[in-house]
Amino acid sequence: MIGTLLFEFALTFYFTATIISVVEIFKGIRESTRLMFYISAAGFAVHTASIIYRYFDGGHMPIASMHDASSFFAWCIVVIFFMLESKYRIGIMGAFIMPIVFVLMLSSSVLPREIQPLSPVLRSYWLGIHTFLAFLGNAAFAVAFGVGIMYLLQEHYLKSKHLHGLFQRLPSLQILDEINYKLISLGFPLLTLAIITGALWAESAWGSYWRWDPKEVWSMVTWFIYALILHIRLVAGWRGKRAAILSILGFAVVLFTFFGVNLLLKSLHTLS
Amino acid sequence: MKILVIGLNHKSADVDVREKLAFNGPKLEQGVIALKGLPQVREAAVLSTCNRVEMYTCVSSIPAASEGIKDFLAGFHGLQKGSFERHLYSHSDSAAVRHVFRVASSLDSMVVGEPQILGQIKDTFEFALSKKTTGVMLNKLMKKAISTAKRVRTETRIAENAVSISFSAVELAKKIFTELAGKSCMLLGAGEMAELAARHLVNNGVTDVKVANRTFERGCEMAREFGGKPVRFEDFVHELVHTDIIICSTGAPSYVLNKDQMQQVMKERKHRPVFLIDISVPRNIDPGINRLDGVYLYDVDDLQEVVDTNVNERRKEAEKAETIITEEVEKFNGWMASLDSVPTIVSLRQKAEDIRREELDKVIKRFPDMDDAQLKAVEYMASAIINKLIHPPTVALKEDAEDRDELIAMIKKLYSLNGEDNEE
Repeated sequence: MIGTLLFEFALTFYFTATIISVVEIFKGIRESTRLMFYISAAGFAVHTASIIYRYFDGGHMPIASMHDASSFFAWCIVVIFFMLESKYRIGIMGAFIMPIVFVLMLSSSVLPREIQPLSPVLRSYWLGIHTFLAFLGNAAFAVAFGVGIMYLLQEHYLKSKHLHGLFQRLPSLQILDEINYKLISLGFPLLTLAIITGALWAESAWGSYWRWDPKEVWSMVTWFIYALILHIRLVAGWRGKRAAILSILGFAVVLFTFFGVNLLLKSLHTLS
Repeated sequence: MKILVIGLNHKSADVDVREKLAFNGPKLEQGVIALKGLPQVREAAVLSTCNRVEMYTCVSSIPAASEGIKDFLAGFHGLQKGSFERHLYSHSDSAAVRHVFRVASSLDSMVVGEPQILGQIKDTFEFALSKKTTGVMLNKLMKKAISTAKRVRTETRIAENAVSISFSAVELAKKIFTELAGKSCMLLGAGEMAELAARHLVNNGVTDVKVANRTFERGCEMAREFGGKPVRFEDFVHELVHTDIIICSTGAPSYVLNKDQMQQVMKERKHRPVFLIDISVPRNIDPGINRLDGVYLYDVDDLQEVVDTNVNERRKEAEKAETIITEEVEKFNGWMASLDSVPTIVSLRQKAEDIRREELDKVIKRFPDMDDAQLKAVEYMASAIINKLIHPPTVALKEDAEDRDELIAMIKKLYSLNGEDNEE
């Protein structure tokens, strides 16, 4: 009961933050940035409490259902957002991140909320480590997606010489490119470690490192895409617009790995 | 006592008139002191900038003071009154307050929103303070002008966007590169506007300046000016690989940089962004290169459009600023009105009465056994003391004295009657 209440509160806070940020994009009310930030912070606090509550309620990390997984994914994105915000202080960034958080929370809210019993094979400390690494890595990619969109917008404004309104409030291309690069350089090693820990865990639970499970395969696809993004940036200097587009495409694959595999393909990772 | 502003600015007078009436250097001190010395003037301050000369005064009679000040100007600068009189404007009372607030908020400036004027107003005020030529009224007026200007600055975007071509180039560069520190810039050809833009870039942190000019000697000369290095014109395309910002004004009849060349350059610089400003007419850079990834090309019309938009933006913001100023003028008028003697006498009496009641109650509480005669005697004594104490200030307030406003302000301060005036 309390868990549900906390979750609903978090959802409401994120919803409000999203509405404020969308209004901000179109209307340009600069005072709203701070407000959006405080409301997101309030949402985050309640959200954290709801996750902790479910942890004690279920006796393991609340990650075994799609409801919990989406919610945790959203939580990780907010963590990354706050980390970035504390360093760069780009108020308008929230307008591109909080909607992603809200959509994840919304999809989480419509999914069944019963705490799934964990099969005994999976009861292991690997659960926490593996999922935390995977989700945090993917959250970094999600934020890179939002920043990529900001880059494309700003680049469009500069090219078409549309130099008022949102242009004024978006940061410079260089900053956006730098953040995009940093996010991918953070997400990539996290995903790598997630795959490695996943393999080790699979070995101890099922007896083999790699089972060609769809989730495993699609995680590898994601891994290759981000490896490619980093590689061509370093070798051929694909930065800026190209890097932004690639990080948007990369996130599409992340989303497919996250939702698509569960809905369309039969996987050992399938959550109900 | 009334506030009177007499002056002239870039709209009312040309520079040859303004310069004759300016109070430069030592003239300022002499001027302020002489102005304060006029028989009709009780307080005075003088603002003298390249765009305006204004005398802020507090006077007892407007017509007499106006004539006095004009005569003073003529005498002080050794001019015929007729030669400048028609360029002068004069505002009194509420209109004068509004004028001062508008000037401080940069709404009356040549470039609306420019930030220098506020500093000049502050200097004027501080200078007058140090020469002790201002009093209650002008001190309040100046303080309010400064706080109004600050309010306009924070609540509107009047001073936000560049309104000159060279500044807009700097702002655009910052939207591409964030920090200009450590960035490099190349001047292609040597025009006045290009030089100005380059100077702004250097002031904003660009360290590495290269100059490519058709006549190498002229290029060397300019490079020396910027502490940069000259580049042979034939080699400039190759040098672009290591250049972030290019300002082009060669005066060539055709393109000096085409798309294929630029594509090659971008590949070699690993697609790091480039900002090109082509201020030559006819244009010297193929407009098609703007379509290349990471290349941002602006010509003189594009920059002019930025400036026009920003000027419009400022105009819109100026309207908001006018509303703020109206508010502040009203507040100031309220303060002026409160300097009237009647309400002051009333509130002085009220205060005295309050004290009397309070003290009387205390006595009655302590000695509840007093009989009527005793009570009457005590009450009589309390009233007598209070009345005798407030009698002289009341009489002084009722007299129509020259310095009545100051007296009122003083009495309000001494008896802390600052009902609505809750500042400082």
